[in-house]
Parts: sequence; structure tokens; C-alpha cells
Amino acid sequence: MPLLPTNFRIFLRETGEIARFTGRFFVEGLKPRYEFAEFIKQCFILGYKSLPLVGLTAFIIGLVLTMQLRPTMEYFGVEVQIPAMVGVAIFREIGPILTALIFAGKIGSSIGAELGSMKVTEQIDAMEVSGTNPFKFLVVTRTLAATLMLPILTILSDAIALTGCFLGENLYQSLTYNLFFRKVFLNLAYIDFIPAFIKTFFFGFAIAIVGCYKGYSTERGTEGVGRAANSSVVISSVLIFIIDLIAVQIANIFQ
Amino acid sequence: MKEAVIRIKELSKAFGSNQVLIGFDLDLYRGENLVVLGKSGSGKSVLIKCIIGLIDPDAGSINVLGQDVLSLDHQELDHLRVKLGFLFQSNALYDSMTIRENLEFPLRRHSIQLSDRETDDLVMEALENVGLEHTVDMMPIELSGGMRKRIALARTLILKPDIILYDEPTTGLDPITSLEIISLINKIKEKYGTSSMIISHDMRCVKLTADRLAVLVDGKCKVVGTYDQVSRIQDEDISPFFN
Repeated sequence: MPLLPTNFRIFLRETGEIARFTGRFFVEGLKPRYEFAEFIKQCFILGYKSLPLVGLTAFIIGLVLTMQLRPTMEYFGVEVQIPAMVGVAIFREIGPILTALIFAGKIGSSIGAELGSMKVTEQIDAMEVSGTNPFKFLVVTRTLAATLMLPILTILSDAIALTGCFLGENLYQSLTYNLFFRKVFLNLAYIDFIPAFIKTFFFGFAIAIVGCYKGYSTERGTEGVGRAANSSVVISSVLIFIIDLIAVQIANIFQ
Repeated sequence: MKEAVIRIKELSKAFGSNQVLIGFDLDLYRGENLVVLGKSGSGKSVLIKCIIGLIDPDAGSINVLGQDVLSLDHQELDHLRVKLGFLFQSNALYDSMTIRENLEFPLRRHSIQLSDRETDDLVMEALENVGLEHTVDMMPIELSGGMRKRIALARTLILKPDIILYDEPTTGLDPITSLEIISLINKIKEKYGTSSMIISHDMRCVKLTADRLAVLVDGKCKVVGTYDQVSRIQDEDISPFFN
């Protein structure tokens, strides 16, 4: 009888494979030839093309958060603190987590499906035959692009969420843009922003590396492609929360 | 004496407990079409993927154009692959690229120094060879299965390889399109003098393209000969292909 339950053994094996895949990313990523053109293309696809969805979601969350907070804040007579409170919540947690989850849903699944489809239709083999290192061309470029684009998207998403919050405030009272942002930033410190910003690099890396791993190791035809897309989202979403938990603990040490 | 452009000796490959190739021997001679015939799952595709270096065999040697494939580093293998074309069973056209970009890809990636004009001329020549010049700015998804196969063939041809490996070139095609692909294979041989190894179990393709025929049975090359010679052999593993 095996020492460990089957599911746990599968989990350990999968974790080991992802760790090995990540190690290969660093080895291959440092060696020339560097795929700059593909990297720039991926930055455009992963970053720029994700902005409308990320922006819309951030705007709605900023607006809804403000509207939901108002009754409670009014009850305690501190509705004047809503911009500061929403600002801290968005910068420290909601902005990075929300953007990362949207990014995982959109980009994690698309990377998993794209690479999975390329694997089962032999496009990855065709690349290798054409004098290209497919790992470098497909995995390194996408992972670097996602690692770089998610922090930028998070900053933009924070700004858009605050705009939503500003609109929410103006539904109930007249508040100038200047005064609103003064209230937001008066209660913010660098410690609220910097750890939250740094963790988004790790979120981006985790989302892309999991998507690439799942796509690159796809088996069993089209059924496998769907499974790769699905499990990319599930695993990277769980990883986002685990990284967040660790990041919060580390940030608390410095506070 | 005929010159062997591919020489395979004692090739073995297993996937777990499944022994696919067991001491496989075969030579491909310059300028010939050699068809490797075998049942589905008999290891035909594994064989040509070993030749091009996509799969590492467990034992044996593969010599291509005087170079031992298994001892080459990545860069040397890339240089060899310029002379070695591969037509994938699934065509393997890049979905996200136009037909022009698909054809330019091997030219640009093999670091061949060409001007844009020369690249364009080569792309158009390859497309003319398969009669699909008008598709140059289309996407693979817009083409039929037969057209995609011909484009894949054009991409294989663009580097003007000495040897072409065809992995089941007519599988999944209707009889008319299949015949078009067969005539293209023969036309390419006549025009460029390429040596070809064709993996197939389509007997019409085998009959119309093979100068020689090798039958893969239980991981070994059971018999090699012309179509007429092999078709006359009375053997439980070989006869069913011809009946």
C-alpha cells in the first residue's frame, strides 16, 4: 500500500514539475539568443489588450465599494473618511488582487490554451525544426511580458478604481477632484503602496509560468487543451492568494 | 554504388514499457523516395522524429548527410535541419501567423542572410510550387485541409532541403486532394532531386510514390524492396497491406 494518498502524490509530482519548469525558465532566459521582438509583441497582447477588461472591472469595484461603504460610514458619522478608506483598500489589496485575478482568468487561460493547442498540433515541434528554441520563444517571452505588464496594469487599475470611487462620492455630495485625491493620499504611506506593487511582479510571474507549464505539457488532444486552460486559471488563482498571504506577512515585518 | 543520405543502425526506442523500435536498420539513398509502411502505432512517426532530433532514441545510430545526429549539439543540429525538411502529419502551420509569415519563419529563424526582396521571392517561389500564390496574405484558418497541407509542403520546401521527411502526407484528405499531394511529392523529387522518406499507410500513396518500400513490423524493418517485390511476399504481417 502506498505511503501517501494518490491525490497527494499527484500534487507533489505536479509541484515538482512546475518547479523544474521554472528552473528551466531561468536557465533558458539568461542564455542568448534573446527574443526581443516576440517579447514586445507579447507585452502588447498581454498588457495593452487586457487594459479594457481590467479598467472596467476596477472602475465598477471602486464605484460599488464607495456606495456599499457609505451607509455604515454615515452611521458612525465618518463618511468624510470614505476616500481615504477606499484608497488604502485599493492600493493595499483590492487593486493588486483584483487585477491579478482578472489577468489570471484572461491571460492564464489564453496562454494555457494557445500553447496547449500548439503542442497537440505539432506547432512547437515545427518551431524546433525551424531553428527556434520553442521554450525561449514561447515561454520565456510570455512569462517576462506578464511579469512586467501586471504591475503596470495594477497601477492603472488603482487609478481607474479611484476614479470610480470619486464618481461614487459625487453621487451623494459635491467633491472636487483635487480635494478627493488629497483625502486619498493624505492617509497613504509608501508602505501601503510598495509591498503591494512588488507582489504584483510575483503574481504576473506565477500566472504566466503556470499557464505556460500547463500548455507546454498538454497531452490527449483537444480535451487536453481545455483541461490546460482550465487548470491554468485554477492553479494560478490559488497561487495568487498564497503569494498574497506570504507578501502580507513579509510586509508586516517592516511596518 | 548508391550513396546513403540517411543511415539508421540498430535504432531502439521505448516509452515506458512500450518498446516501439527494436534494433531498426534502414538506409535512404540519394534521390529516391523511400516509403516506410506500418500499422498505426507501429512507431513510424517516432522513427522520423528520431531522425530529425525531436525524439532521442535509447540506442543505435542515425547518420544524416555524413553527420551523426545523436552526437550533434543544438547549434549543429539546427544547421543540419536546414538541409532536412519535415512535413508534419497535422501540417503544424502557425495559427497566429499569415501564410507569408509561416513561410518566412524558417528563413528568418535559421539566420539565413537574405534581403526582404530575396525572402519575398523565395516565399512566392515556394507558393508557386504548390499552386497557392493567391493565399500569401491569408490566415491558415481560412484554408481547406488540402490547401493547408500544400502550404505546409511549401514551408518545408522553402529552404530547398536535400532530404524531406513526410509524416503521413495524405492522412485525413479526400481521394482527389490526396492525389494532388502525391503528384506534388513526385514533382518535388523530379524538380529538386530531393531524397524523401515517406511515412504512410495509405496504399495508393505508397504505390504512386515509392521507389523502395520498407515495412515496419514489431519495431523492426521486416522487409525492404520495390512495391512489386514487397507486394508479392506472402506473410501474415505484410500481405494484409496489399489485400
